[in-house]
Amino acid sequence: MSINRREFLKIAGASTLFGLTGTAAVEEILRTNADAAVLKGPNALNAKRWAMTIDVNKIRSEEEYRKITHACHSIHNVPDIGNKKDEIKWIWEEEYENSFPGLSDEFVPDHIKHKPFLLLCNHCAKPPCVRVCPTKATFKRPDGIVAMDYHRCIGCRFCMAACPFGARSFNWRDPRPFIKEENKEFPTRMKGVVEKCTFCSERLARGQKPACVEASNGALTFGDLEDPNSEVRHVLSTHYALRRKPDLGTGPSVYYVIGGGTEHA
Amino acid sequence: MLEKALTGSKRYWTWITFLLAFIVAGVLAYLHQFDYGLGVTGMSRDVSWGFYISQFTFLVGVAASAVMLVIPYYLHDYKKYGKIVILGEFLAIAAVTMCILFIFVDLGQPMRVMNVILHPTPNSILFWDATVLNGYLFINLIVGWTTLTADRKGTPPPQWVKPFIYLSIPWAVSIHTVTAFLYAGLPGRHFWLTAVMAARFLASAFASGPSLLILLCLIVRKVSKFDPGREAIQSLGKTVTYAMFANVFLLGLEFFTAFYSQIPGHMHAFQYLYAGIDGYSKLVPLMWTSTILAVFALIMLVNPNTRRKEGMLALACVSVFISLWIDKGFGLVVGGFVPNPFERITEYWPSLPESLVTLGIWSIGFLILTILYKIAIAVRERTASWPELH
Ligand code: SF4
Ligand code: SF4
Ligand code: SF4
Repeated sequence: MSINRREFLKIAGASTLFGLTGTAAVEEILRTNADAAVLKGPNALNAKRWAMTIDVNKIRSEEEYRKITHACHSIHNVPDIGNKKDEIKWIWEEEYENSFPGLSDEFVPDHIKHKPFLLLCNHCAKPPCVRVCPTKATFKRPDGIVAMDYHRCIGCRFCMAACPFGARSFNWRDPRPFIKEENKEFPTRMKGVVEKCTFCSERLARGQKPACVEASNGALTFGDLEDPNSEVRHVLSTHYALRRKPDLGTGPSVYYVIGGGTEHA
Repeated sequence: MLEKALTGSKRYWTWITFLLAFIVAGVLAYLHQFDYGLGVTGMSRDVSWGFYISQFTFLVGVAASAVMLVIPYYLHDYKKYGKIVILGEFLAIAAVTMCILFIFVDLGQPMRVMNVILHPTPNSILFWDATVLNGYLFINLIVGWTTLTADRKGTPPPQWVKPFIYLSIPWAVSIHTVTAFLYAGLPGRHFWLTAVMAARFLASAFASGPSLLILLCLIVRKVSKFDPGREAIQSLGKTVTYAMFANVFLLGLEFFTAFYSQIPGHMHAFQYLYAGIDGYSKLVPLMWTSTILAVFALIMLVNPNTRRKEGMLALACVSVFISLWIDKGFGLVVGGFVPNPFERITEYWPSLPESLVTLGIWSIGFLILTILYKIAIAVRERTASWPELH
């Protein structure tokens, strides 16, 4: 998608108006090009509101967990910096009591209590991160995905303070030296911007399911929450599932299946 | 009038050199941060705002406090403030400048700061905060400069500046209210999610700002022939007293709600700040210092016998200022991030480069303040013998 002359002039004009050197105008063009990367192909998957279910009982070994998180981090060029302070993660494991603070008590069965839960951005229906962002670098797409524009983000980290789920990471330093094998088809990020799970919007545009879902052996499902025939709706109508911190009203779109389903009963 | 800042005693130039040295150190530290990224600070994924944002928050209060002179003088015709109202306005200019600098150095991509204007986003409180802060700076520049120029010429300030003076009153309230809204509207940060946040911000602002003003007045009297007036200083002392009581009262309300309700999320940050959780207690000594200083200051302030002695008043003001600096310039921001959304604890402490940048910005603020005060004093010294002007 190329930017037309009128748009360019508009942006350039606005930039001069605010006494800019033109960097912002250049970034505006980059943003348009970055969007082109997720332009929908002919087989693109579409939805009104994308959602995910995670069946915690179907992921049994540490290895299976690692396979899932690795699938995401490797294709998305998520760096492994190796210290907690600078850590960047899009999907990771956390114990029950840390994933659902306030829901834990001493009598929760051990297999739940010490079960790692996979955490990622919830792509909330009413995302506070979008509400607070002063540049619209974090925005909600019509299909419910909460997306980010790394070229527009000013790195104020207001969104990190606003996200109640700790889903966002900030590039405290240049991440590129810490990417083991760069995936040339996905952009790397620069220092000073925030990033998080994208619900694999770039894969959906090509007709593929998210990488973590594909690597999960059926433990994770993905689909349209507003389509009664979708896989996620099927799982939710037959299993008991939890969302993180529903009382805050952000409307998370990631569901954790805890109980067995009626279909196996 | 600026030329008045270029002549001064040896003491004046020593002070300027001292500030410049810190500014240079701060700039160098900032260049390092600019090159490496914000990783040079003590901030982390869990405590993603630190010293910079908390200094900003504290200084918004200092800036807003000019209104404590403007209201009595312009609305109630309290003549005693006539000579020092300019000191309040100039303090506001220095403080807002520091606020803007602190936000700037906190940005991960500072070169893109104009995106806030290029993509205005009214649903973001940060957008409004940037707007009201710049507006407040502008208003105080206009008002401060025109009134001082008029003073120098021995004429009353022009009529057209009056609306700006009145506008500065609600505007001062707005900068601190909007700053409180940065915090008070975030779901899941229990420590910040409180309706009295803006009220507490204003109360602490009207205590910390005027206490700094009192100290500045005392210094001005020492180093120049311009006397801000004993009565003006005493009146400011009363403002500090009331505001500090209001602030402690509001803090008490927070404690009550958290601990009588016994809701864990509401208690956690207080527990972390004042007692430590699971052995994590880096901020505990600071928070108790703040508490003790607050109690000490209140005792000194509420007793007329001590408050009327200028030495004692100065001591109380230093205590108020430090106490509130710890409370707002440190505890408030860090407390909101601990424990993190997974109820784990990551502690925060500013790093050396971060502290140098912070000191550098404070020095810039004091440099601006010194220059502006120098000019104001020069005008005042010349007109000291003249009768009240406006
Ligand atoms: S989980 Fe956090 S980052 Fe993701 S949409 Fe919700 S608020 Fe935003
Ligand atoms: S850090 Fe970036 S995405 Fe987050 S609020 Fe600031 S500009 Fe928006
Ligand atoms: S949906 Fe995609 S981006 Fe999000 S965690 Fe899964 S693999 Fe990563």
